[in-house]
Amino acid sequence: MKGNRIIMGWFKKKSKQDRKTPSEQKTHKATEVFEEDETVTINMFQESDEGIPGYPAGFQSEPDSGFVRHLRKGLSKTREFLTTDIENLFKSGTTMEDLWEEIEERLITSDIGVQTTMDIMENISKKFPKISNPDQLKAVLKEEIISLLNTQTAAPEKATAKPHVVMIVGINGVGKTTTIGKLAAKSSDEGKKVLIAAADTFRAAAIEQLVIWAEKAGADIVRHRDNADPAAVAYDGVEAAVARGKDIVFVDTAGRLHTKISLMEELKKIRRALSKKIPDAPHEVLLVLDATTGQNALSQVRLFNNAIGVTGIALTKLDGTAKGGIVVSICSTFDIPLKYIGVGEQLEDLHDFDPALFADALF
Amino acid sequence: MFDNLSERLDSVFKKLKGHGKLKEKDVEDGLKEVRIALLEADVHYKVVKKFINDIKERALGQEVMKSLTPGQQVIKIVNDELTKLMGASHEDLNLSGPVPIPVMLVGLQGSGKTTTAGKLAVLMRKNGRKPYLVPADVYRPAAIKQLKKLGDQLDVPVFPSDAKKDPVKICREAVKKARKEGYDTLILDTAGRLHVDEELMTELVRIRDAVHPSDILLVADAMTGQDAVNIAKSYDEILDIGGVVLTKMDGDARGGAALSIKAVTGKPIKFIGVGEKLNQLEPFHPDRMASSILGMGDVLTFIEKAQSVVDEEQAAEIEKKLRKSQFTLEDFRDQMVQIRKMGSLTDLLNMIPGFSKNKQMKNLEVDERELVKIEAIINSMTPRERRQHTIINGSRRKRIARGSGTTVQDVNKLIKNYTQVMKMIKKINKGGMRGLGRGILPF
Repeated sequence: MKGNRIIMGWFKKKSKQDRKTPSEQKTHKATEVFEEDETVTINMFQESDEGIPGYPAGFQSEPDSGFVRHLRKGLSKTREFLTTDIENLFKSGTTMEDLWEEIEERLITSDIGVQTTMDIMENISKKFPKISNPDQLKAVLKEEIISLLNTQTAAPEKATAKPHVVMIVGINGVGKTTTIGKLAAKSSDEGKKVLIAAADTFRAAAIEQLVIWAEKAGADIVRHRDNADPAAVAYDGVEAAVARGKDIVFVDTAGRLHTKISLMEELKKIRRALSKKIPDAPHEVLLVLDATTGQNALSQVRLFNNAIGVTGIALTKLDGTAKGGIVVSICSTFDIPLKYIGVGEQLEDLHDFDPALFADALF
Repeated sequence: MFDNLSERLDSVFKKLKGHGKLKEKDVEDGLKEVRIALLEADVHYKVVKKFINDIKERALGQEVMKSLTPGQQVIKIVNDELTKLMGASHEDLNLSGPVPIPVMLVGLQGSGKTTTAGKLAVLMRKNGRKPYLVPADVYRPAAIKQLKKLGDQLDVPVFPSDAKKDPVKICREAVKKARKEGYDTLILDTAGRLHVDEELMTELVRIRDAVHPSDILLVADAMTGQDAVNIAKSYDEILDIGGVVLTKMDGDARGGAALSIKAVTGKPIKFIGVGEKLNQLEPFHPDRMASSILGMGDVLTFIEKAQSVVDEEQAAEIEKKLRKSQFTLEDFRDQMVQIRKMGSLTDLLNMIPGFSKNKQMKNLEVDERELVKIEAIINSMTPRERRQHTIINGSRRKRIARGSGTTVQDVNKLIKNYTQVMKMIKKINKGGMRGLGRGILPF
C-alpha cells in the first residue's frame, strides 16, 4: 500500500465543492422541540388509512371523473395530513406550542425538508402571530406553500418546433419509461404524431418495455440493439422523426445515479447528438423524480441540471402515501417548473401540474 | 452515507468535551444539532424524536451531570444509543427448511427488485448454491423478459413464467420445477406494488402462503424519504418480512431510511446495493456503520476491500521500486487503477479512523474526475514516455493532451506533481520520514 500514500498527494488541495443544500447552511435556527417530556413510542401510524386506499380500483372504475376529483383522489393522502389533524388540534384545546410542533411534524414528515419547514413556520408566525382557528391556519399554510411553489410561473412552452424534441432523464426506477408511455399517449390524443427513441440500451428489457408502451400509445418507436450507443439511437430517432414528419419526439434514457460522472457525461453526449440534426434540440429536458424520495431529490435536481440543463420536472408515484413535499423545496430553490405529476399506472394517470389546482387538492 | 451526520456529531462532541461542568442547555444545544442532521438524512421525524429523548433522559440524569467528565459521559450515551438504533452485527439470509428454499423479494415499483434478484443469484452461486430465478411480475411490461435477460447474462436458469398466469400459480409451479431439476434456492421476483394497494398486497400473502419462503426481503430505495416508515411498516405487518435490502447506496443519499426502517420494524438491513454491476451487492454491517458514523472509521471494511483487490506480489514489487526511486508513471497508473477498484476514494478515506476529524483532511474532497483525467493522460503516453518522463517535451505534451482529451496544462500539472513526489520519495529514502512535507497524507 505504500504507493497509495503518494497518490493521495494529488488530491490534497481540492477544495470542498459547494455542495451544500440550502438547508445545511443555516441550521441553528431550529425551533424548540424538546420541551415536553412525553415519551414517544415509535408507533406513529395513527394516520388513518381509510378514505381512498389509492389505486387502482377506484381509478379504473371511474375514468370519467372530473380532473380535480381525480387529482384529489391521487393526493388524498397528502390532503389528509393537513386537514384532519389540524382540525383535531384545535378541538382538543392544545397549547400554541403543541400546535407549532404538530405543524412542524406534519411538514417534515411530508418531506418538505428541515430548512423549508423552518422558513414556512417562521413566515407564518411573523405574518400571523395569533392564529385562532383551523380554517385560518389552513388558509395561511396553503398560501405559504403556493407562494413557494409559484416562484416559477413559466407558462408551459408551446411546442412550436417540429419535431419538438423532449429528452427524459432521471435516476434508476423513478418511472421514466412509464412516464414516456403516458406522455406519448397524451400527445397522440391531442392529434400529434409521436415518435419514441429507445435510448435506454443498458437496462435489460427496457426497450421491450417501451415497445409495449409505444403500441398502447399508438406511437412509432426507433430502437437499436441492447447496449448500442444511446447517442446513436437518439440521433436516429430525431432523423426518423424529421423524415416521417413527426410532431414530437420523446427520448428515453437509461436511469443513472446523478453522482456517476461518466454516466452524466453520456447524457451530455446524447444531448449533443440530438442537436446535430436540429440545432435547438432538445427543446425540453424532463427530469423524472419519485415522490417517495426524500431530501436527496434536491441533489438529483442540482446535478442533473448542472450536467444537461433541466427544463421541467415530472413527479411520479404520488398515488402512494408519500407526500412529495420535496417539490416545495425544489421549486423554491431552483427555477425549474414542476410540469407533470403521475398518480397511477394507467395511461391516463399523468396530469399537468398546476400550482393552484395542486394546492386546492391539498386542502 | 451519513457523512454530514458524523461531522455534526463530531463538532457537538468537541463542544461537550470543552466543558468542565455541563449545563442542561449545553446538552440540549448539542442534541438540537444532532436532531437536524438526522432529519436532513431523512430519518423519520418520530424516530429522531425518540432517539433524542432517550439520549436526553439519560444524559440529564444525576450521575452524568455530577460526574467528573460529563462531556465524555454524554458522548458515550450517544454512542450507545446510536449503536442500539443501528442494530448489532450482520444478519445473513435465512435459508433454512427443506430444499428447494424460496426467497421472496417484495417492494415498491422501481426500488430495484429485479436487479437485486440477479445480484442475489450471483451471491448464492458464489456460496455454492444453485439458484433459480423466478419472474413473478406479470404486470409491468417486459418485466419477465428483464429477469430472463439478466439470467442469461449470468448463466443462471430462469423459470419460464407466463405473463398471462396468476403469479401464485407461477411460483408454485416454479418450486415444483426446481425440485425436479435440482435447484436448491429460488429467488421470487414479485411485481412492484404500493403498500396501500390491498388487492396486490393480498396477492403477496397468497404467494407467501403457497410456497412458504424461508426469507422475505423488502427491497427499498436508500433515497426514500419520510415515507420509508409507512412502507416498511405496512409490508412488515402484512407479510412479516425477514429483512431489508437497501438499494442505490452508491449515490449520495444519506440513508436515513435505514435507521427509520430498522426502528419501525425491528427487522435488519441484510444487504446493500452499491452499483449497477451484478456483483455489487454487499452484506450490511450495522455495527460497522455505527462506528463509521461516530468517526471511528471502518477499518474492517477497508481491509476487506483492499484484500479483495490488492495483489500481494505486486505490492512488494512496488515497494521495491519506491525504495530504488524507480516508481514510473506506469506504476503510478497501475496503483491508481487498483485503488479505484476498491470504490470511491472519498468513501475509502472516510473508513480511516480519525480521518473525518482531521481538520486538514476535512476539506479534502476527492474529485473522481481528476482520477479519470490522470489515467487518460498516462494512457496517452508511449511506454517509453511513461518510464522516462524527462523526454516529454512540448510537442509530446501537445500530443498527449490531444490524445487524452485534456489540455497541455493538465499534462504539465501531472508531470510537475509526479516529479515533486519523486523528489520527496528520494528524500524519504535518504532521510526517513522527516523529509515528508505537507503534501502527503500521514498514513
